[in-house]
Amino acid sequence: MKKNYYLLSDGLLKRRENTVYFVNKDGKKPIPINKIYSIYAYGSLTFSSQAIHLLAKEGIPVHFFNYYGYYDGSFYPREKLLSGDLIIKQAEHYLNHEKRIIIAKKFVEGASKNMEKVLKYYSLENKISTILLDLTGCNMITEVMNVEGRIRANYYQKMNEILPENFKMEKRVKRPPENMINALISFGNSMVYSTVLSEIYNTQLNPTISYLHEPSERRFSLALDLSEIFKPILVDRLIFYLVNKRMLSEDDFEKNLNYCLLNDKGRKKFIKEYDERLKKTIKHRELNRKVSYKRLIRLEAYKLIKHLLDSKEYTPFVMWW
Amino acid sequence: MLSDSEKELRIIGTQINYYFICKTKLWLFSHHIQMEQESELVSLGKLLHQKSYKDEKEYTIDNLISVDFIKKRDCLELHEVKKSNKMEKSHEYQLLYYMYYLKDKKGIENIKGIINYPKMRKKVTIDLDESKEMELMDIIKDIGNVINNEAPKPVKMKICKKCAYYEFCWI
Repeated sequence: MKKNYYLLSDGLLKRRENTVYFVNKDGKKPIPINKIYSIYAYGSLTFSSQAIHLLAKEGIPVHFFNYYGYYDGSFYPREKLLSGDLIIKQAEHYLNHEKRIIIAKKFVEGASKNMEKVLKYYSLENKISTILLDLTGCNMITEVMNVEGRIRANYYQKMNEILPENFKMEKRVKRPPENMINALISFGNSMVYSTVLSEIYNTQLNPTISYLHEPSERRFSLALDLSEIFKPILVDRLIFYLVNKRMLSEDDFEKNLNYCLLNDKGRKKFIKEYDERLKKTIKHRELNRKVSYKRLIRLEAYKLIKHLLDSKEYTPFVMWW
Repeated sequence: MLSDSEKELRIIGTQINYYFICKTKLWLFSHHIQMEQESELVSLGKLLHQKSYKDEKEYTIDNLISVDFIKKRDCLELHEVKKSNKMEKSHEYQLLYYMYYLKDKKGIENIKGIINYPKMRKKVTIDLDESKEMELMDIIKDIGNVINNEAPKPVKMKICKKCAYYEFCWI
């Protein structure tokens, strides 16, 4: 099984024959090339072009995060899976407003229903399903975004009721996060974005053509679209788990006058649990086979491809447990 | 401009093979929705080929057909290497198509086809005759029909479970 490699310390990535080595102050660690699915680089990473050649040949994306843990960008190897027919369909569904808005609404619907599931797990009453009804009347992407914003506001407000006193947040602040909970959400969301991007790379979908977000918003905006569905499942639930089980404390954060970030120790804990979640499997109802959370993202991409090819209408993934 | 018969012939062996296995797979593959890169069975097949006939080399002709190896004896022998004979018909017609292509396009007479099943220590010899040629022409035409129409809905079969497209079809 291929897996994700998370490089948290500073170091050098180099190649000898068909193996990649990560060299840091503690020594040299081999990473067999056919075991790598993606690399997440959090430290400052130096790499040889030989290493990049090999990663490109094997189609392994590398995601880079800066000192603060923000997503910087990815080494997105040359596409191997190209389907001209599908790209044309993908663009057609963007250019045709009616077709675009159908997909955009599904992403919001999926994201919202998953948020609702998260709150339901903690038996919290909320207004999400009521606000979601307004989606039907939306004819513009901005209106869809507005519904999504209102749902999110309700969601974050309710989230506070799950959190211990020192972790409560007043509002969602992104860049830079002002408090611990905002720091966790930002950090987790950028991980999901990278994970989704790796999945898209392994399909024929073009990551730059998106429906809910504008394609110009970020380079790989389709990863933003699909991330919406998985953020509540992969990030928010993980945060509640880590915080309520007291696995994360104030010691795991670096606080400054106007920002708050996870420190090395905190990142390590978060990433370990995140990766474990990706690997966790559930029995899939339709497929009648075990699939990992990571694979669920791929399946979402497949469903989108089928929608674009007119072979089956897309329905977003909603947790059924 | 290519003539109609030439256009028809832009078909690769895998498509003939898939035609007998599953029309959905044929359609997706032909539209470059390919999944084989993740299939362990496909990698195993490649490995088997490399291990069993180390000294033989694969021939790709006109970027279209890819013969596992060729032997020149009293006639030209085209060899295909397959893992098991579960899909015998699809193997047979894939090889028949190669023979037909070389005969029709390259004017090579006297071709013999051999399917090798090294794991089963078995060989099957294939001959191209007139009725098979006629059949192939119909198959090629029908592949065109499948590809140029909407994607066929998948039909559940026993072999679905092992297919690289399983998740794609049944999600």
